[in-house]
Amino acid sequence: MSPANIQLAYQLLPLQLWNTIYMVFASAFFAILIGLPIGIVLTITDKGHIKENKIIYKVLETIVNIGRSFPFAILMVALIPFTRWLIGTSLGTTASIVPLTIAAAPFIARLIESSLKEVDKHILEAVIVMGSSTWQIITKILLPEALPSIISAITLTVINLIGYSAMAGLVGGGGLGQVAIQYGYHRFNTFIMIITVILLILLVQIVQWLGGYIVKSILKKRGKAIHD
Amino acid sequence: MSICVIHGYSSIAVCPLSILEILFSAKRNRAILTNMNPNPIIEIQAVSKRYAQAKENVHALQEISLTIDKGDTFGIIGLSGAGKSTLIRCLATLATPSSGKILFHGNSIADMDKIALRAYRRNIGMIFQHFNLLSSRTVAGNIAYPLEIANVPKEKQDRRVDELLGLVGLKEKKDAYPSQLSGGEKQRVGIARALATHPEVLLCDEATSALDPRTTREILSLLRNINKNLNVTIVLITHEMDVIKQICNKVAVIEEGKIVEEGSVFNVFADPQQPTTKQFLLNASHEIPPEFIKDVSPNRKLLRLRFKGKVAGDPIISEIVRKFNVDANILLGWIDRLQTQTIGTLIIELIGPAEGIKNALLYLTEKTVHYEVIENEPS
Repeated sequence: MSPANIQLAYQLLPLQLWNTIYMVFASAFFAILIGLPIGIVLTITDKGHIKENKIIYKVLETIVNIGRSFPFAILMVALIPFTRWLIGTSLGTTASIVPLTIAAAPFIARLIESSLKEVDKHILEAVIVMGSSTWQIITKILLPEALPSIISAITLTVINLIGYSAMAGLVGGGGLGQVAIQYGYHRFNTFIMIITVILLILLVQIVQWLGGYIVKSILKKRGKAIHD
Repeated sequence: MSICVIHGYSSIAVCPLSILEILFSAKRNRAILTNMNPNPIIEIQAVSKRYAQAKENVHALQEISLTIDKGDTFGIIGLSGAGKSTLIRCLATLATPSSGKILFHGNSIADMDKIALRAYRRNIGMIFQHFNLLSSRTVAGNIAYPLEIANVPKEKQDRRVDELLGLVGLKEKKDAYPSQLSGGEKQRVGIARALATHPEVLLCDEATSALDPRTTREILSLLRNINKNLNVTIVLITHEMDVIKQICNKVAVIEEGKIVEEGSVFNVFADPQQPTTKQFLLNASHEIPPEFIKDVSPNRKLLRLRFKGKVAGDPIISEIVRKFNVDANILLGWIDRLQTQTIGTLIIELIGPAEGIKNALLYLTEKTVHYEVIENEPS
């Protein structure tokens, strides 16, 4: 723990921590943007749901399954040409957002599908009898009823993305992952390595706590007993 | 009015007619209120529903025809699996009949376009066994939902919600969430929500089956008021005869997808024809002790008498005793209070010469007392 190391940590870590946060939250945002509609369509087109449609369901399900079966490291490399075409480069934090988004979107689509399917079918029948349209059922029933579960799903996705973002750092994606590989692995700087790991752990803890807090306050407001 | 249940051998000579007097002292036997101007609101015409299953077609409903008039409280009773749920689901458009038609004010709901169907759905309200309230909304929010989706302006919504909260007696629970309510309160919210858009028909799917007896009575009395004061036609399905007894004017008994008996609640109670109906009318506390049934012989007959209308005023049992030289032994007696009438039931034993008993039975027929001889069923 030499003064030089401390100075290095000051130089590197705040910036790279920010880079990680930027990558994770930007890709989570885009992943939700893509994954939420897919999750909704997967839910309502499934057998016995409000807009049963075998073809749409099968096609989307296949896409989601393919997306989820790629190991992230391979996906990242495979997507380099696409990322280059989209962003102009495959290096740096902004470029990392592309593979992170594409990895997280099918994941979050599946999670949101299972959250929405938790909404009791009998409730849906009740609101169908009242004359609700499909859009009204989605926006006024499915999403609000499943909100706590959807927030848990998003929390889980963000935590996964923190892990993935560290992997992105291995191939020049920036962020705390890159610090860990450059200083901790290639230069045997244990001090920087430990600080990086602590920062990642703290980041995961804060996200987990925040997600849990939001879920709990919604459930509390709705008068549900909270079981820890 | 008290309910008499007499067990054991209190002889008729010791207790002359007192039971009948008590039973009918209130003179509740008004003429049957028949609807002189039937105004069918829902007509179910030869509706069948088949489910294709792995091996064979399952017939959930077979050629069901029923007419529900405006203002009716129509009860459909059946055991689970009899098809009553399928029938009410067809009425609610949650299931489509395989064949047959359902008419609403003469228009077939199967032929309705999207807009007409939505209008139909807003013209029927539905309540459920498990309430099906939205956990994400307060009581007021739940009641406002049907208004919201019908694009009712916000101020009008608020006014209607307050009105409905008053109707179901939940004003102080306005901002509570469903999970903070008791079962009875949840069903009240369900009722308020179902009535929000001023529907003409209220469908009740086992609406009291998840409630305790006291709450059930409260909910049924609320439904009765809604039927009477708001002129909402009620169609309810249940497996409990008590529910039918307390609020319905008409009843249909459904068994294995078929209507086996149908009519005014009074007639069905007073003179049930089908074994299933009789089974439903049997109340656990009204069971005849088996040792009495075991002892029946040509000289000892067990009868179930049902009194309705004017005959209730005649001292029939003492007449039988005098005229035919038989002894009568009252085992059980009770009264069923229906919507508009009261029906008395007596279980008696007639003891004496076979000839005398035979004549006594003829006399009962002559006097239009409905009776049923309870046989010893070999078990």
